Amino acid sequence: MADRQAMPLQDPKERAHNFNEVALGYTKEQALAEASRCLECKNPKCIEGCPVNIDIPGFISCIKEGDFDGAIDTIKLTNALPAVCGRVCPQEVQCEQYCILAKKGEPVAIGRLERFCADYERKRGVTPPVRSKSTGKRVAVIGAGPAGLTAAADLAKAGHAVTIFESLHETGGVLTYGIPEFRLPKAIVKEEVEYITQLGVDVKVDYVIGKIKTLDEMREEFDAIFLGTGAGLPKFMGIEGENLNGVYSANEFLTRVNLMKAYQFPDYDTPIRRGKKVIVVGGGNVAMDAARSALRLGADEVSIVYRRGEDELPARKEEVENAKEEGIVFRLLTNPVRILEGENMTVKGVECIRMELGEPDASGRRSPVPAEGSEHVIDADIVVIAIGTSPNPMIFSGSTGLETNSRGTIIVDGSGKTSLEGVYAGGDAVTGAATVISAMGAGKLAAQAINNYLSN
Amino acid sequence: MPYKITEKKELAPSVHMMKILASDVAKAAKAGQFIILRIDETSERIPLTIADFDATEGTVTIIFQEMGKTTKQLAKLTASDELRDFVGPLGTPADVRELGTVILVGGGVGIAPVYPQVKAYREAGNKVISVIGARNESLLILEDEMKAASDELYIATDDGSKGHHGFVTDVAKKILDSGEKIARIVVIGPPILMKVAAGMTAPYGVETLVSLNPIMIDGTGMCGGCRVSVGGETKFACVDGPEFDAHKVDFNLLMSRLALYRTEESKCLENHNHKCTCRGEN
Repeated sequence: MADRQAMPLQDPKERAHNFNEVALGYTKEQALAEASRCLECKNPKCIEGCPVNIDIPGFISCIKEGDFDGAIDTIKLTNALPAVCGRVCPQEVQCEQYCILAKKGEPVAIGRLERFCADYERKRGVTPPVRSKSTGKRVAVIGAGPAGLTAAADLAKAGHAVTIFESLHETGGVLTYGIPEFRLPKAIVKEEVEYITQLGVDVKVDYVIGKIKTLDEMREEFDAIFLGTGAGLPKFMGIEGENLNGVYSANEFLTRVNLMKAYQFPDYDTPIRRGKKVIVVGGGNVAMDAARSALRLGADEVSIVYRRGEDELPARKEEVENAKEEGIVFRLLTNPVRILEGENMTVKGVECIRMELGEPDASGRRSPVPAEGSEHVIDADIVVIAIGTSPNPMIFSGSTGLETNSRGTIIVDGSGKTSLEGVYAGGDAVTGAATVISAMGAGKLAAQAINNYLSN
Repeated sequence: MPYKITEKKELAPSVHMMKILASDVAKAAKAGQFIILRIDETSERIPLTIADFDATEGTVTIIFQEMGKTTKQLAKLTASDELRDFVGPLGTPADVRELGTVILVGGGVGIAPVYPQVKAYREAGNKVISVIGARNESLLILEDEMKAASDELYIATDDGSKGHHGFVTDVAKKILDSGEKIARIVVIGPPILMKVAAGMTAPYGVETLVSLNPIMIDGTGMCGGCRVSVGGETKFACVDGPEFDAHKVDFNLLMSRLALYRTEESKCLENHNHKCTCRGEN
C-alpha cells in the first residue's frame, strides 16, 4: 500500500508572521495518488463516521476517474459546506477513524480530498443549484453558523421559504469570527454561504432575536423555527485580576482579529493590543487559534497554559503540531491562580501553580490537583482566557416555555425537537461548545424533522 | 442591508444628530437601550445610545460627538448617505416606573441618552426634574426638547455662560438639599461626571442609576469586552446594563479600561486625517 500523500504546508518560519492559509491543499496529482489508495469497500464504514453521511467511496471513485465535477456533485448531495469541512473537521475521530486502512497503517486522507474537490469547484465556478418547488411554508433559522447554514440549505432544498436571522454583520458564526484566516480563509466561508443563498435562502444580518423580536413573536410569523444560536458566551476563571487591561476572552480576541480584521489595523479601524509576551489559558482548538493569532500579531513569546497534560489536550493533534512548529510554548500541568497588576491597571504577569493528575473521575478523565508550594510567576502583557463557552441566554428573553438544562443548553429529543411545538434546535446551543461538523450534522437532522413536521 | 440617513443636523460644534431609517429597531426600541453601527466595510463597530425613536416613521435618532476616527467619519455623512450596519435595540431597557419625583442629569453629549428617559419617566407618571450641563452655552444640546419634556429644567455650564456657573452635580445637590423628596437620580455623561455624582448622592441615600459606556464590539454578550465591576461582581454592560446602581460601580476600573486603546485610537485618527488630506477632501 502506497503511503498517504502529505499535505503541503507553508514554511513554519514564514507562516508565523502572516495570516495566509497554512495548509496549501493537494495538487491534482497528489489528489489522484491519494484517491487511488481507497479500497472502495463494499460496506464502507467511513460514511458512518461522517455526521452528514457523505458518500465517501462514491466521490473518491469519481476522483480516480478524473471526474472532479462528479466528485463535488456527490459531496454536495449531503454537504453544503465542503470547503469548510475539508479544512476544519477533526477527520481523525470521524470518517478517517473508520477507514479500513487505519487498522494497519494510515487512513485515506478523506478530508484533504474533500477540500481538493471543493477548491476545484471554487476555481471552476460554482454551479447554481436547482431550486425546488415551493411548499408555501415559512421557516426561520436563528443563527448563521454551521448548524443554521446546513439546516437552511436542506430546508430550502425541500422547497420551504427560509429566512436566516443573524445578529452579527456577517454570516458564518464561528467560521467567521472564531476560526482564523490561516486555518479557514474568510473568502471561502463567504462563497459557501453564497451557495446557500442561491438556494433561495433569505439572509437578514444585524438582526438580534430576543431584542428586535422575541421567539414568541417569531413563532407567530413562521411555520417552524430552527435555533442554531451556538455557545457564544465566554467563560472567565473568576480569579483576581481578570478585568485588568490586557486580559481578553478568546471570543473577544478572535472576534477582533477575524471578524473585524484588527490584524490589518489601521487599514481596518478595530484595534487590538499587540503583546510581547502572551499567555493563552486553555488547551482546545480555540486556545490554539488564539495563541497562533497572537504570534502572528508579532508577539515574542506565546505560551499555552493548560492544567492537564499533553495527552489530555482537547485540540486537534494537527493544530497542536502546527502550533509547536511555529514556536508556541506549551506550559502543561499548569494553572493560573491570579493575574498580576502592573502600571495603569494593566497586566504584568500571571501567577500559576503546577498541577498533578489525580485519579480518573466519573467521566474517566484524570482530574488535575494543585501541587502546593509550586506557585510561580510567568511574565505577560496579554492574557487570553480560552477555557470554554456556554450558550448565550439572549435568545431566551421572551421565549415562553423553551426548556433548558442547568448548563443553559436547549433540551431536544433525538430529532432536534425542543419543548415548543414547531421549534427545533441543534449545534452548540444544544450540546455546548463542540465541533463544526457535529453542528452541521445536528442541523441536517433537525431539517429532516422539520420537513416531516411541516408535511403533516 | 444598508441603513439610510434621513436627517442630519449639527446641534453644537462637533455634536451631531442623525436620524436613521431602521424600522425594525425603531419598533422595538425602549428608553435606555443602544445601537451598534458600522459605517463601511473597514469600519469598527461603535455603540451609541438611542436618543429618540419613531415607530411610525421607522427612524432611530442618534446623537454623537466627534471624538476619534469613526465619529469624525460619521460626521461627514449627510442625509441620503447610508450606513452599512445598524444593530439594535441592544441592552436592557432603563428601569422606568412610577416612583414620585425623579431627577435626570445629563452632561455634555450625555444629554442625548437622558432625553428618551425623561419622556419615559414622565409618561410613567413621575414628576421629572432635569438638570443638563455642558462646558459652555454653545455646547448645550436639546435644551428646548428637554424643557418641553420635563416638569422643571435646570442648566449648568462650566464657564457660567448659561445657567448655574459650575457643574450639574452642584445643581442636583441643591435640589436634594431643598428637602424635596427625591425617589431616584439618573445620571448620564462622561465617566468622571457619573463617578462624582455617585459620590455626591451617596450620603443622601437616594437611589442613583448611571448608564455605563465601556468599549464594546458585538454588543450581544459574546465577548466580555464591555465587562464592568458592579458590587464586586463582573457584569457585561451590553446585556446586563448599560444601566447600573451608581453606588456599586467601580468607576476607576471603567475609566482605565476605556483608556485601553488610546495609542491605537490616535494612530487611527492620524491615519484618517492623513488620507483625507492626500485625497484633498479634508
